[in-house]
Amino acid sequence: MTPNLHLWLIPVLPLIGAAINGLFGRRFSRQIVAGLGLSFCGAAFAQALWVTSQFSALSTPQTEMLAQWIRAGDFSVDFAFYLDQLSLVMLLVVTGVGFLIHVYSVGYMWEEGGFYRFFSYLNLFMFFMLTLVLANNYLLMFIGWEGVGLASYLLIGFFFLRDSAASAGKKAFIVNRIGDFGFLIALFLLIKHFGSLNFEQIFRSVVPMTPETAGAGLMTAIGVLLMVGAAGKSAQIPLYVWLPDAMEGPTPVSALIHAATMVTAGVYMVARSHVIFEHAPMALMVVAIIGTLTALFAATIGVCQTDIKRVLAYSTVSQLGYMFMACGVGAFSMGIFHLMTHAFFKGLLFLAAGSVIHAVGGEQDMRRMGGLRTKIPWTFWTMTAATFAIAGFPPFAGFFSKDAILFRAFTSPYGSWVYWAIGVFTAFLTSFYMFRQWFMTFFGEYRGEETAGHDQHSRAGAHAPHGHSGIHESPKVMLIPLVILAILSVCGGWVGSERFDKFLSPVFHPHPFTAFSGPVAPSVPEPKSEGASETVFTLVSVGVALLGFLLAWQLYYRRPGLPQKIAHALDGFYEAVLNKYYVDELYAVLFVKPLVDGSAKLLWHGIDQNVIDATLDSSADGAREVSDTMRHMQSGNIRSYAGWVAAGAALVIGYMVWTGTR
Amino acid sequence: MVPLSYYLVLGGILFACGVTGFLTKRNIITIFICIELMLNGVNLTFVAFAAQWKALSGQVFVFFVMVVAAAEAAVGLAVIIAVYRTRETLNVDRVNLLKL
Repeated sequence: MTPNLHLWLIPVLPLIGAAINGLFGRRFSRQIVAGLGLSFCGAAFAQALWVTSQFSALSTPQTEMLAQWIRAGDFSVDFAFYLDQLSLVMLLVVTGVGFLIHVYSVGYMWEEGGFYRFFSYLNLFMFFMLTLVLANNYLLMFIGWEGVGLASYLLIGFFFLRDSAASAGKKAFIVNRIGDFGFLIALFLLIKHFGSLNFEQIFRSVVPMTPETAGAGLMTAIGVLLMVGAAGKSAQIPLYVWLPDAMEGPTPVSALIHAATMVTAGVYMVARSHVIFEHAPMALMVVAIIGTLTALFAATIGVCQTDIKRVLAYSTVSQLGYMFMACGVGAFSMGIFHLMTHAFFKGLLFLAAGSVIHAVGGEQDMRRMGGLRTKIPWTFWTMTAATFAIAGFPPFAGFFSKDAILFRAFTSPYGSWVYWAIGVFTAFLTSFYMFRQWFMTFFGEYRGEETAGHDQHSRAGAHAPHGHSGIHESPKVMLIPLVILAILSVCGGWVGSERFDKFLSPVFHPHPFTAFSGPVAPSVPEPKSEGASETVFTLVSVGVALLGFLLAWQLYYRRPGLPQKIAHALDGFYEAVLNKYYVDELYAVLFVKPLVDGSAKLLWHGIDQNVIDATLDSSADGAREVSDTMRHMQSGNIRSYAGWVAAGAALVIGYMVWTGTR
Repeated sequence: MVPLSYYLVLGGILFACGVTGFLTKRNIITIFICIELMLNGVNLTFVAFAAQWKALSGQVFVFFVMVVAAAEAAVGLAVIIAVYRTRETLNVDRVNLLKL
């Protein structure tokens, strides 16, 4: 006997909040807006917690049918929610971290215009994100998928008066569309071959199939197309370019959408589709390669960035790469584990960075910070926890998940030492750029004063004219979420990868509907016989983290002049990395410019102006010329009218006579 | 017996004369007479056909036309007199107060 879980309440509550704030929020005071936003989001969190408390007694997976949506012949799609261990983890991460960020936003956005709009969008985002993770079929998931894209677009462009924010929003939306195109085709393929979009139905029919080890087939095609979708949403090569620009949005948005939740939707989707991927080793390999390359590529860019939020953005891209690497080597539960710890520490990093930006009055350039350690101690200590967590120091959360991923990358049957080596090098880079940020922001002398007169700090838009004088710690409403997330960043990994793996095993390993165990590639990775003990791997990953720390300490604390010299020595390469390998420029030349030129020259001038408009214009001109001659008949002289009548009558009679006599 | 076409041609000539006068003359009374001419051209056609086909309806129509023409003449002449009293002219081109 299972209690009615009322899963539908979890997404719908934030939707109500979004509707109320969106429709009437303009008339409410800030207190009411914040109260509404928080209470609906908090209620969703409470509901999620309640579901968790009931969870152990449930027979999973649970499906909650709400309504029938589409029915066409044998094909049907329902509004139905699906709860298993995987969606439970996502549910808790999304509502929990989401709620904390809501709380933080109250403090951060208090003095901004459009306060109600902000909370309405945030709640709307929660609705779509929860729909995404709770959906029981790909189409409902796609609705959530598109919806979070919409909310992301709205929130990136929140300061829409700033041109860069508006275009960053558009860029995010358009780049995501490219990924969604792949996702949609994957859905069509699924409909065509399985006649269903329901997870359970599809997986049940996939499981007995033989894995496509020999060559690429249907499963590989679906898998790769799903990965295209995931690459768009989760900012992987080649579609990662939107995420760094998305930092134009307010910092809580970066934390919630572009670090903790939305960008991990791709990882969730790949993990959710693990049955498909396990039947397509080549698709898995694509996932692993994309993930590994993205991790490395973004980390190298992150090393040279000077904007505090952009460092974090590239770091997010890089960490997402880790998650895909984990999925790609078949360690889906480790990917989700890293997703969870990453949500904690990266959400915290962004919030703390927001607190720093708040403290220094809208400045985002780390070169104008420094020495903030004593001035904003709470922010400093929470950010320290997050930095150590992402760098992978034990016993912080990031250590456990990253270590597990690297271990699996080496030992999994899908793994390879190449993934592992790149992963370790990326871990070193991660540690280096995170501590570089840490030292640049919090240590040394404060470098903001002498350049404070410049108009550089307008980047943060409305944050600049705060009217605060001097550096100040953020209000309590911002600090409390920081502290909670810091605790999670420290302790979040203690559950351990083994236990987490075991918790998720009903999802990932033996399917309840797999009575048969055919030649499915073993989803429980058997350690290879190379005899590599886990301790060695652990030591290596801690070692590189330490190395990164020491290098950053050396370069940015002991001898702050040195990085300049190194940059000079590596002139060309440094320039390339600083400019993000010119990928944006390359895309502009390869795709954007041909598209814009094509639309302008061919479609606009060529077809629209010369064909469509020209046809209309000439027919209008013709009508006018004919009328111009005809209007002289309308002279106003009665007798000329009578003449026309007579002439007409004569014509008719003449015609009748002519036809009559023939 | 006079053939039908003679009557028809005569009616046509009468009607054409009426139309020509109607279109070219400016004196309102002349125009009035021209209208009568057209009516009578038509009347002639009616009675010619009635005689030809031995059908009475043509004759009946002619009576109707005559009655209407008489009424019209009465009303029309009254209007003409009224117009002449106010405008002191019978030239239709000068009676153009309603024209923009």
